[in-house]
Amino acid sequence: MSTPFPIHRLKPLVFLAALTPLVLLIAGLADIAGFALGPNPIREMLHVSGKTSLNLLLITLTISPLRELTRNPQWLPLRRPLGLFAFFYAALHFLIYVVLELDLDFSDLGREIIKRPYIIVGTLALLAMLPLAATSTARMMRRLGKRWTQLHYLIYPITALGIWHYYWQVKADITEPLFYAAGLALLLALRSKRWMR
Amino acid sequence: MKVKSINRILPSEICPESAFLTRRDCLTSLAGLAGAAAVTGLGGSVEASAQSPATPAGPLPGAPRFRRNAELSVKEPPNSWDDITTYNNFYEFGLDKRDPLENSQDFRTRPWNVEIAGEAEVRGSFALEDILKPHALEERIYRFRCVEAWSRVVPWLGIPLGDLLKRFKPTSRAKFVEFTTLLDPRQMPGQRRAVLKWPYVEGLRIDEAMHPLSMLVVGVHGRWLPNQSGAPLRLIVPWKYGFKSIKSIVKIRFTESMPRTSWNLMAPQEYGFYANVNPSVDHPRWSQAKERKIGTALFASRVDTLLFNGYAEQVASLYRGMDLRRLY
Repeated sequence: MSTPFPIHRLKPLVFLAALTPLVLLIAGLADIAGFALGPNPIREMLHVSGKTSLNLLLITLTISPLRELTRNPQWLPLRRPLGLFAFFYAALHFLIYVVLELDLDFSDLGREIIKRPYIIVGTLALLAMLPLAATSTARMMRRLGKRWTQLHYLIYPITALGIWHYYWQVKADITEPLFYAAGLALLLALRSKRWMR
Repeated sequence: MKVKSINRILPSEICPESAFLTRRDCLTSLAGLAGAAAVTGLGGSVEASAQSPATPAGPLPGAPRFRRNAELSVKEPPNSWDDITTYNNFYEFGLDKRDPLENSQDFRTRPWNVEIAGEAEVRGSFALEDILKPHALEERIYRFRCVEAWSRVVPWLGIPLGDLLKRFKPTSRAKFVEFTTLLDPRQMPGQRRAVLKWPYVEGLRIDEAMHPLSMLVVGVHGRWLPNQSGAPLRLIVPWKYGFKSIKSIVKIRFTESMPRTSWNLMAPQEYGFYANVNPSVDHPRWSQAKERKIGTALFASRVDTLLFNGYAEQVASLYRGMDLRRLY
């Protein structure tokens, strides 16, 4: 059998791709290179950071099925940076919301959380990502052993919460959140065989 | 009395279709020249950008002639042309805020007829220029508050809605006025998907429609309306959320019963018929207490939303005795 393609060498490409939305946001903020965020930049920043996080979560979840389908274990090293970038954009999304949208007015935060229940859902997703990001080092992986795998199953509820968070604030057209939900359902279905065993 | 179309256009006024179809090339090349002038530093101030041709074609020949109505204008500085025309909700042309700009440039607004129907003595289909001719255009700077909790200040050009409606002699049975947007999925790609029930329908109680602040708008910032802003004819009711201010109107109908309006049909618990701006009545999924002012600095705070969008003094009497929490 020939040696499998060294997919892990694509890591720099993964970094480049994952950083692109950030670069575009900064370019848009600085109004350079024709990238403008438009008349409502905060909403645009929230949208880009939130959707990038969701995209990266789903891409992270494709790594295992890809590994199985291609019988190539070298996909695995791509999973950690993808997951960490998903966390990075979720944290950025939260910061933009608290600093720019709420103007750091925390009396507003309480009111907003009651008025906008999707904020609770999004916050829960972000909180659940914290332990995953914290245990993403090789050392923690070794130390936790089997429990690491169990802990990192949290990515499924996290992704589901993220999609719910998106779905709940859409004004009229729920097509896109439904696409995300379908994507997650497909990725779960691909795993069902393995989990049934 | 039924009045049939008074659409009388002299043959000499009709431009050949080839000229009509290529008019934008002409404008684009003009915009290109303007751009070149800007780069070379020639030719004073150049306001037009590639996306905002200096003179969108309007329902009347030439550039709009109007007078400023300072009395009915707010004192705040208006938002820029770009703030107003590159960030729009006009679902007929797509759901993203830039979609209307990008998908509406080939939308044909001439010729344009408006049908007047229902409980009025004068009914029929009328050419827009004939409808507008007897009225003097005025500019009014109004606050505009979207139900999505953003706002801006806009210098509209138009006529008082009530003045126009009276010409059609509504009968005593006319309790409401219903407005309908053009239905044309070929030109309006957003209508190919059932996001809302098409065509878009909005409505006002007759006393709201007759209120001096209610306007039929044909222009903005001294120019005719660009397509993404609802050309060639739209409603503006400044004390209500923006979705009430229906765009690209082809039909005005006087009715005895309350019109079934689009957003209300789609989500009655979220969008009422009245849709008056009210900071103490929240949208079920978000607060309406504050608003983000479009075009302000990144670190600018949101501002408090005002009852009836700041027009309480003029319009509160319309709703005396009404429970605004229930009739949102």
